[in-house]
Amino acid sequence: MKSSVITFPGSNCDRDMHVALKKFGFNNKMVWHNDVELPKSDLIVLPGGFSYGDYLRCGSMASKSKIMKSVVNFAKSGGLVMGICNGFQILVETGLVPGVLLRNKYLQFICKNVYVKLDNKENTYFKNLDKEILKLHIAHNEGNYFCTKDQLKEIEDNNQIAIYYCNDRGSTEEEFNPNGSIRNIAGIFNKDKNVLGMMPHPERMIDESLSGEDGSLFFKNLINNIK
Amino acid sequence: MKISAIITLKKDVLDPQGKVIHQALDGMGFNNVNEVRQGKYFEIDVKENDPKKAKEIVENMCSKLLANLVIENYKIIETQ
Repeated sequence: MKSSVITFPGSNCDRDMHVALKKFGFNNKMVWHNDVELPKSDLIVLPGGFSYGDYLRCGSMASKSKIMKSVVNFAKSGGLVMGICNGFQILVETGLVPGVLLRNKYLQFICKNVYVKLDNKENTYFKNLDKEILKLHIAHNEGNYFCTKDQLKEIEDNNQIAIYYCNDRGSTEEEFNPNGSIRNIAGIFNKDKNVLGMMPHPERMIDESLSGEDGSLFFKNLINNIK
Repeated sequence: MKISAIITLKKDVLDPQGKVIHQALDGMGFNNVNEVRQGKYFEIDVKENDPKKAKEIVENMCSKLLANLVIENYKIIETQ
């Protein structure tokens, strides 16, 4: 299975993502943002970081970079595109997934482990995953998911909410919402569920001795689903 | 010619920075403030002398890049 990770100026989780994808069997290529064509890929990943120094709005400059035209076309033709953290911010700026990511509610950069609950397994990313609550890492300043009332109704009607912030038992009360996101939303899909944007970093949870293994479960399952 | 654009957050979007600025102002003794909303201001020198065309160019920039229309509104002002 082939994957590509796009590196923008200011990306800093691109190599972690490369390590994670390789560890679980992807033949991964790094792609520079100024390239025009994508290598043949089964999965494109927009990694975390601070592309273009978060100028203007997080992800806004990166969403206009050369390679993104190909990424948008790839997504629109049904290809799998996953945006993690800053990658999620880039995805919302392209309009591939609805909504925006605002500054965290309490104006603090949040760097900690959180629990997230999967809501929807009828998609390539989470199908067959035998765990509903994952422990993953978040590190962001702008992760406060916001959308209009009409958009919220639409994404709920289409089952586009991918993951919610919760506690270790899966309770999605407001007190387990780290950043003020509407409905505790930590990740969403596009309508066709081939594009996934999420704030938590699965690539930081692939080694028991360093952090945890729930990211490993995610990647192992993902590559099996793509095969 | 120079065209300015002001980007403001839409009414129902939370503005935590504005809230903190409001609190700071309150602490400094400016107690007559109802609300503070923070926005962005751009001055763009466009290679175009026709004001109508110049405004159109900047309007296009606002809708495509400078503002995110899910959360922000923009207003264009001709300055020169």
